[in-house]
Amino acid sequence: MVDTVTNGAPHLVEADRLTKYYGNVVALNEISAHVNAGEVTCILGDNGAGKSSFIKILSGSHQPDSGRLLVDGEEVHFASPRDARAYGIATVYQDLAMVPLMSIWRNFFLGAEPRKGYGPLRWFDVATAKRIVRTELREMGIDIRDPDQAVGTLSGGERQSVAIARAVYFGARVLILDEPTSALGVKQAGVVLKYVLQARDRGVAVIFITHNPHHAYPVGDRFVILNRGQSLGNFAKSAIDQQELVRLMAGGRELAELEHELEAIKAEVG
Amino acid sequence: MAETAAPSVQPDERLVRVGPLARLLTRPDIGAFLGAVAVFFAFGYFARAVNWIGDPAIAAGWTDQAAQYGIIAVPVALLMIGGEFDLSAGVMIGSSGLLLGYLTTHAQMNIWPAMVVVLLFGLAIGFVNGITVVKTKLPSFIVTLATFFVLQGVNAAGTLKLTGQTAIQDIDTASGFNAAHRFFASDLTHYSFKVKVLWWIGITLVGGWLLAKTRFGNWIYSAGGDPLAARNVGVPVARTKITLFMMTSGVAALMGIIEAIELRSMQAKEGIGLEFIFIICAVVGGCLLTGGYGSVIGTFFGAAMLGMVQLGIIDAQWDSNWTFTFQGAILFGAVMLNTLIRSRAQKAR
Repeated sequence: MVDTVTNGAPHLVEADRLTKYYGNVVALNEISAHVNAGEVTCILGDNGAGKSSFIKILSGSHQPDSGRLLVDGEEVHFASPRDARAYGIATVYQDLAMVPLMSIWRNFFLGAEPRKGYGPLRWFDVATAKRIVRTELREMGIDIRDPDQAVGTLSGGERQSVAIARAVYFGARVLILDEPTSALGVKQAGVVLKYVLQARDRGVAVIFITHNPHHAYPVGDRFVILNRGQSLGNFAKSAIDQQELVRLMAGGRELAELEHELEAIKAEVG
Repeated sequence: MAETAAPSVQPDERLVRVGPLARLLTRPDIGAFLGAVAVFFAFGYFARAVNWIGDPAIAAGWTDQAAQYGIIAVPVALLMIGGEFDLSAGVMIGSSGLLLGYLTTHAQMNIWPAMVVVLLFGLAIGFVNGITVVKTKLPSFIVTLATFFVLQGVNAAGTLKLTGQTAIQDIDTASGFNAAHRFFASDLTHYSFKVKVLWWIGITLVGGWLLAKTRFGNWIYSAGGDPLAARNVGVPVARTKITLFMMTSGVAALMGIIEAIELRSMQAKEGIGLEFIFIICAVVGGCLLTGGYGSVIGTFFGAAMLGMVQLGIIDAQWDSNWTFTFQGAILFGAVMLNTLIRSRAQKAR
C-alpha cells in the first residue's frame, strides 16, 4: 500500500491499485505508483509487462476497470487525452504522436494551435508558431534548419527531442515518456536522457517508461517494476542498487535458472 | 544531431543545401499549375482556328465548365486530405436540384427559403455519411458508394412519381427566381463569363485559407496523416471528419441550387459520374489517396485543367469521346507525380 502523502503534501500524480482487463486478460493487476514535482519515476518492465496499458490510463486514452487516479490528492477521471492534458499531464508516445507528412511547426502545435482574430474568424497564428518552434528547439540545443521540414525527414533522436520540447513548452507538470530511448543509438539515447533531466530540473514530474534498467537507473528517483501485469515492487533509489534492478527486471529466479541451463549446455558441448 | 545545449549549433554536415527550384518542386500544387499552363497552350495550338487563347468567349466557356468541377472539388480535396472519400458528391447535385425544384414548383415555396431547406438537406446527408464512417469504421469509399446508389434511386423514382417524367421543369416559375438567378447563375460580362466562376474562386479562397491558416486546417492534415497520433494530442478527429463530410455534401447542395437555377429544370440523373471528376481534380491538385497531404490551390488548377480539356477537345474539333482518355491520362500522370513528391517529402521515414 502506497502512502498518499509525503511531508503533508499530496503527490502530484498517484495511481492507486489500477487494474485493467482486455477481455479476460489481466493487463494490470492493482498497480500503484506516484510521482512528485522535480522527480523522475521509472516504470520498468519487459515487453507485455503492462507498461503501455499503465501509461494509457495515466494519459487518458484508456480508463481503468478499478482503482483510483489522483492528481494533487484529488481523484480524477479522464475520458480522453484532452482531459489529462487539462491537468498538465503530457505524454510523449513511443510513436511520438507526430504526423510524418506534416511540418515541424504544424506538429508542434497540433491540438493546441495558437490563434488570433475574433469570433468564428479566428485563425492559426502561423508566424508566431514558427517563431516559437525555432526558439524553443534552439534552447534545447536542437538544430532545426527549417520548421517547414516534414517531421518524416527527421531522425529518431530529433523527433524524440522535438516531442519533449513540445511537452515542456506546453507547461506540462507531468511528462510521461513512453520508451523514449528504445529505438535510439547510444549517443542519441544519452541526448534524450539529458532532456529528461533538464525537464526534471525545471520542476516537471517525469514518468519514464523503459525496458532498459541502464537508462533508467542514472536518471530515476523511484522505480516501479512490472512483470506480466503484476508489480514486483516500488523502490526509492536509496532502497535499490543497479544490479538488483537489472536482476528484478530480468525476472530474478528465471534468469538464474536460464544461466544454470546455459552452463549445462556449455558443459555438454564443451 | 547536436550533442550539447550550446546556443551555437554546428550545422549537420550531412545536410545538403536545397536550392529554391528543388524546394518549389516539393510543393503539392506546382504540378497542377504547370499542367494547367501546358494544357492551355496545347489547345492554344490545336484550337488556333477558333482563337482559343485570344477569344474571351472561349475562356468563358471553359471557366464555366471548370467552375462546375472546381466548386465541389474544393471540399472533396479537403475531405481527401482528411483521409476520406465522398462518392455521393456527384449525385448530391441532382438530389439537391430536384429537391429545390420540388419545393418551388410542387410545394409552391419561395425560392429563398427553399434554398435553406436544400442546404440543410445537404448538411444532413453529409452528417449521415460522416457519422456512419466514424462509428462503423468502414471505408468511406463503401459508405458513400451506398449513399450514392440510394440517392440515385430516390432521384429517379421520386422524379418519375412526381412529374411522370425524368425531370422537374419550370423552376423559373418560382417566386423570387429572378433575384436568385442574378445571384447564382447570371452572366458577369457580355462575353457570358458566369457568376458561377466567382463562386468557384471564392470557395477556393475560403478552402485554401481554412486549410493553410486555421486550426481546423491543421486538424484536417492530422486526421488524414495519422488519426491515432492526432487523437493522442487532443485533436477531435471524428468531429473533424464529420464536418468535412458535411462541407462536401453542403457544397454539393449549393451546386445543385446553382444548376437548377441556371438550367431552370433538373434532370433526375444530373451529377452522376462527376464524383470521379472531383476526385481527379483533387489528385491532380496534389492530394494523396491515402490522405494527409494536398492542396486546395492545386485542386483549383486541376479543375481548370479538366475544364479546358472538356471544351478544348470540342474546340479543336476532335471526337469528344477522347475526353475520357485525356482525363484518365491526366489522372495517371498526376498520381505518378504525387508519388514522387511524397517520397521526397518523407524520404527519411
